[in-house]
Parts: sequence; structure tokens; C-alpha cells
Amino acid sequence: MKFGHTRLGKMAVEVLKTFFQKPNTVLYPAEKIEMPEKFRGKLKFYPEKCIGCQLCVKDCPSNAIKIKKLANGKFEAEIDLDKCIYCAQCVDSCPRKALEATKDVELAQLDSKKLKIFINAGPQEKT
Amino acid sequence: MLNNLLAILLFPGFLFLSIFGLVAEYADRKIYARLQNRVGPPIFQPLADFIKLIAKEEIIPTDANPTMFKLAPLFALTAVVTAIFNIPLWNTGALFSFTGDAIVVLYLLTLPTLCFFIGGWYSSSLFARIGSVRAVTALFSYEVPLFIGVLSSAMLADSWSLSEMAVFYEKHPWFWLFNLLGFGIALTALLGKLEKGPFDIPEAETEIVAGGFTEYSGRFLAILRMAIDIEMVVGASLLAAVFLPFGLNSGPVLGFILYVVKVFFIVALLSLMRTIVARLRIDQMIEFCWKYLVPLGMVQLLINFIIKGVILQ
Amino acid sequence: MSEEEKEFRIPIGPQHPALKEPVSFSLALRGEKIMGVDVRLGYNHRGIEKACEERTYIQDVYLVERICGICSHAHSTCFVQAVEEIAGLEVPKRALYIRTLIGELERVHSHLLWLGVAAHEIGFDTLLMFTWRDREVVMDILALLTGNRVNYGINTIGGVRRDIRGEDIKEILKATDILEDRTKYYIEVATQETTVINRLSGVGILSHEDALKLGAVGPTARASNVARDIRKDDPYAAYGEMDFQVITDDHNDVYGRAVVRLKELLESYKMIRQAVGNLPEGPIAVKAPRKIPAGEAVSRYEAPRGEDMHYVKSNGTDKPERVKVRAPTLANVQAVRHMLRDRYLADMPIVVAAIDPCFSCTDRLISIDRQDKNTTEVIEWQALRAYSIEWYKKRGIDFSKLGRSNA
Repeated sequence: MKFGHTRLGKMAVEVLKTFFQKPNTVLYPAEKIEMPEKFRGKLKFYPEKCIGCQLCVKDCPSNAIKIKKLANGKFEAEIDLDKCIYCAQCVDSCPRKALEATKDVELAQLDSKKLKIFINAGPQEKT
Repeated sequence: MLNNLLAILLFPGFLFLSIFGLVAEYADRKIYARLQNRVGPPIFQPLADFIKLIAKEEIIPTDANPTMFKLAPLFALTAVVTAIFNIPLWNTGALFSFTGDAIVVLYLLTLPTLCFFIGGWYSSSLFARIGSVRAVTALFSYEVPLFIGVLSSAMLADSWSLSEMAVFYEKHPWFWLFNLLGFGIALTALLGKLEKGPFDIPEAETEIVAGGFTEYSGRFLAILRMAIDIEMVVGASLLAAVFLPFGLNSGPVLGFILYVVKVFFIVALLSLMRTIVARLRIDQMIEFCWKYLVPLGMVQLLINFIIKGVILQ
Repeated sequence: MSEEEKEFRIPIGPQHPALKEPVSFSLALRGEKIMGVDVRLGYNHRGIEKACEERTYIQDVYLVERICGICSHAHSTCFVQAVEEIAGLEVPKRALYIRTLIGELERVHSHLLWLGVAAHEIGFDTLLMFTWRDREVVMDILALLTGNRVNYGINTIGGVRRDIRGEDIKEILKATDILEDRTKYYIEVATQETTVINRLSGVGILSHEDALKLGAVGPTARASNVARDIRKDDPYAAYGEMDFQVITDDHNDVYGRAVVRLKELLESYKMIRQAVGNLPEGPIAVKAPRKIPAGEAVSRYEAPRGEDMHYVKSNGTDKPERVKVRAPTLANVQAVRHMLRDRYLADMPIVVAAIDPCFSCTDRLISIDRQDKNTTEVIEWQALRAYSIEWYKKRGIDFSKLGRSNA
């Protein structure tokens, strides 16, 4: 078993240098990191563009999105934020680009009912 | 009489040691973290851990021997607190000194390891038994280098009493520089005694969960951890008294500050040493201690023999 | 067995600080020496193969990706390659290069993770903190390119879903330079630090013959001088056009496995630079039909842990009929039993960590549908092996000497 020269405490120099550097830890939530452009966070739905083809519902791996017809040409999306796996396959499947992935990742809630969101073209977003 | 009682309970006794132990644990963890590019805990973290552990429920395994299980942490704590009274801290006289108190202090510092063995063995859990057996096996490796280190310094001062050693080194300033090799050996052996660094085999988290401490919880674990912290302070104080005995007659305030600086310096060295190496196996540790540390100790003894014969005659 | 020291059994797992995932190693100990090992798998079984049969192909891409968090791209690419072969799709070159690039970035992240975990198992937490700090560089690049730090979701049937822009390439090259510097430093630490060499060398010895007999794959086999690498033996994606070496080592122990993985990191950086430099222009995907025609295909991929195999059988509908996954850790687990004999208890965590176990990948169930008796039974590994040896003997091939050492 041949080795080159060995040293005890090889990391000593590096470790002492690190002592005087700023720690690598991000002090969340005081400091926050910005997510990159293509990051797949919470979904955003544009009800005016939706045509109700249900392709997003068919392709979702976890049945997290449902499209309901409210009236002729008016659709509502019901998204389960705890079922969604944030894969953005629905974003790709939509032929009218009515879905978009945002960079929002702070989705924790204390009440599980708040994790089901309804988005429609009405005057307010019902939660 | 009342003076002595207050000294034992408050300063430099139990209360002072507890606070100093918690601060030393903070210093150790903070330095360890900063060396690894992390932030580390805030200063009240050891106190918060202690309070949290006291507030939790104790679970004693059915097969364990309850008396031994409960007494082992208490004995460990008592032994380390008793040891501080024979060490000269910030002047050349310890609280109680007599001939041969160096040996008594070293003996009292051995007791915690035996208490960990007893506590682990009587826990009757498999992991605890393996951990406690490892603790005693390690005891056979690091005790001799520690003794040789302290002995070499005592031999130069021609006395077995720590206080008389301090008086000798005050009379011959700069003579402690001859003992630096012994300082290195004693520091490495102290890593073994405190179960840190490359010698944390008895408490190897990735192999045997927590070794002898596996079944401890609640108040007993709080006492155990306090005993370990105080052991670190007492061990560092012993090393400071034996190997860094300078500035001991600088008056109460300056002497105290110097003592605190010396202890933190030794704690920082211990943290650095445990950051840069991996853990050894128990057979590798025995080999290392007997093949390298003990011969180096002999070399230090030889150096001190020569100096005693040539210079001091 | 002598009567002086009694043997006792110590349970490592299913819950143990040494293990990252639940698995049960039951060690028979005498003092500190290990006399025998009993392995039980199955704690991570989630029924993924059955779930695949009830979802469409496009949904299965995401399900298969989540078999494992560390080698997610490996599973996803392997599955998608099998489906594309059945459907006869011609994947555009740019997509193949992007798949290769993400595959190599995943290998970098996985090997850096392994180095940290191995350091933690031998009690060297400093190296753990440093390697995982540098791994953040790779995770950030992957988030930039694909949209997530793990479970990249870059594959789709017929190509990839996201393209790479010019400014991304600059970031990739910058990150590769930083990581190459750091990796060279870690190679120095691993090969020169005395305590690390003491803990890693001479431990977990697997000779060349044993590696072949027990069917070890990946860096575990390559550290015993078995030059098997699917990227060279059976090139897929863009590996046929890449210039790289298969790293082997002849130390036969855990130290060799560490050296193999570290040197593979350097080869990965070379490949990343080549992939980014030679990225061809063109589309990133072809349109895939929803209903895949009937057929079956086997696809192999060199995951960071070894050879990953997927078998897909389709029947003309939009859901697969059968998906079978053979993960690399299943091939390496038998070698662990052999490696732990006559070693110390203190070596157990590092020997298990040296095969880079991923039990999430491994746990699958075999259930036999007896067509003659119309019953379904669950069969044990030994019985299945005996059955398959008999089946092949009737056709003139004798496999009975293979894979059994005296463990």
C-alpha cells in the first residue's frame, strides 16, 4: 500500500484561514436568497387565457390542478398547493400559456385549508 | 470555616465553575464552527441546553440498575469540582495544597471516566456497554502520557505539590519554556480524557449512537454534560498551572484575567486540534499513544533531567 | 466458535445515526470483531413500479424521477431512453448534449455529497462542512439551468424541456473552475491526511475476483480494477462523442473507492466543458405521441452509484404495462456482507457508506403470478435464484457458480 507523503492535520492551514472569513451561512429569514429565473415555484393562472381543454389536468402527475367551468368561456382553477410537486408540466402542456411558474417558495401555512387556492376572473381571488 | 464553605460553593467552587464551564463550552463550539465556515451557537446556547435538559423527563431502562445509573453522573460532577481546589489558579497558592496534590488532582480527573464506564455498563443497553468498554480501554492509552507530561514539569521543580511548583517557576522565570514538548503531549492526552478530537471513540455518534450516554436523558444527562464541561475547565486549568506558570503574582485582578486568558487559549488549541483530524479506531489510538506519545514523554523527561543536572546545580 | 467470549447481536438499523436510510444490518459481534452480517432490505418500498402502471408516460417521467433524490436525473433519463426506443423517436442532438451536461453535473453533486457523508462517518466533520459548502455551487447551477436544486424535471419524452442560454454557459464555466480547484484540494486532503488514510485503507477489502463474482457495479467495482463503465461500454446520450477516461484503481478497499470518486470528479469537469463547448444548435425536443406502440426495451445508465437499469413494456395505450427498475445499490449490497467479515465494529459505517448506498432506489418487490394455479405469491430471493438457475440449466447454461461466496 504505497502512499505519497502524509501529513497529520493537513487541513490546518485552510481551517485557520477560514476562521477569519465571513461564515457561509445565510441568516434566513433576515437575509433571503433570490431564486433564479427558471425556478419552479407557486403556479400562477391567467383565467382570461384558459380555454378549458383540461390538458393540464390530464398531465399533472399528482392531480393537483382542477379546471371548472363557471360560465361560457369563464374557467376557474383549483390548485392544491400541498399536492403540487412543482414540476411545471402543466405550464408546458397548456396550449394557450395560461399557467406560469413563479419564484414564490414561501408557501408554508398553519391552516391546511389555506393550501387550496381558487383562481378565477372574478373581482377577487377566493382563498 | 465559613470562608472555606463559601469558596467551595461559590468562588472558585461550584457556581463559578458551572458558569465558567458553560462559557468554555460556548467558546469551544463557536471556535469549532468558525473554523468550519459556519456561524456557531449564540452565547446563551449551553445554558439553554442545560435548562431544557433539566425540564425533560428521565427515562430509566427497566434492565438498568437504578442506583448506579443515577449515582454515576453525580460522582463524576463531584470529582471534577473537588479537583479545582488543589490547582493554583491566579496566585501561587491553591485553596488547599499539600505535598503530592498533583497526583491527587490527576486521580480525581480519572474518576469521571470510571463513572462514565459505570453509568454505561449499568445501563444494560448494548450500545452503552460497547461505549463504556471503549472508554476504559482508551483510559489505558492516554493516562500514561498525561502523567509523564505533568511529571516532567514537576520533576524540574523538584516537588509533587502544584503550589510549590508554581513558586519554583515564579523564582526561575522562562523555565517553563523547557516543558513545551510536555505541553504538547499533555494537550493530546487531554483530548483523550475529554473524549474529543481524534479520540472521541467512546462516544462515536456514527457507530454506537452515543456510547455510555445512550440511555441517559433529562436531569442526569444535564449533570453529565455539566461534568464534562467542568472537566474541560479543570483540565485546562491544570495544564495552565503546570505548563504556563507565569504572571502568577500579578495581583488579584490582573492574575484573574491572565488565568481566564490562559484557559481560553488552551480551549482554543483543543478546538483546533479536534477540527483538523478524523476519528481513530480504538486499536489505532492505543498504538498511537504507546508508540508515539510515551516515547516523546520519555524524551521530555530526559531533557528535564539534563537541565536539572546542568543548570540548576 | 470458542466458548471464551460470547457472541452477541447488535442491531444497526433500521434507525441508526450511521445510516442515512432505513436498512437493517444485524451484526454478530465478539468484542469489537464482526463475525457475521444479516441484511434485511425493504423498509423504503413505496410501490413505485405498480404506481407507474397506473399513470401515463408523461406523468411517469416525474414519478420515476422521484425514486431517489440524489440520482433523480439518472432514473428519469434511463426511463425516457427506454420509452423513446420503443416509440422509435429520434431525439435531437442538442437535447442529448443537455442531458449529458445535467447528468455530469448530477454526478459532481452526488460525489461531493458522498465525500461529505464518508467524512462524517469517520468522524471528520470539518471535511463534511467544507464539501457540502462547495456542493452549493453545483446546486445553484442546477437551479439556474433546470429550475430546481434536486428532481430537475428536465427530461420529457422526446428531448428536454428547458434550453440553455449564453449567459448560463458563462456561469457553468465559472462554477466548474471554482469546483475544480476545490476538488484538487480535497484530493490532497484525502490522500495525505494521516488519520483519513488510517481509517480508510485496509478496510472493506474486495478483491478483483470477488468483485466480479458478487456483481459489484460502479465505483465499488472500479476500485477493484474492474473497468466497467456504461458510458464507455454502451454509450448513450452524447457520451459516444465525449473524450474521457474510465477511472480504475487497484487498492481494492474504501480508500480506492474514495480515490476513484474524486478522480471521476475531475473527469466530469472535463466532460462538462466539452459538452458546453460543443453544444450543437437545433430543437430541444421532438413531439412524442401520447400512445406508445407495443414493445419492450431495456435501458442502462451509469448513475453516480453504478449501473442503473430500466425495463419498460408497453401495450399501445398511454400507460405502460410494466416498469422494472434495477438500481445499482442492489448489486453492491451483497458485496457489503462479504466486506464486513473479520473487521471491526468501527469500520461498519464507512464500509456501508463506501458503496454509496441509496436504499430508496433499491427496494423493489418481486411478486409471481402463477398462471397455472391462478394465485399470486411473494417469493424469497434464494428461491427465485434457485428457480432461475434451473430455468437456465434446462436451456444449457449453468449459472450456479456465479455470485455465491462463502459469506
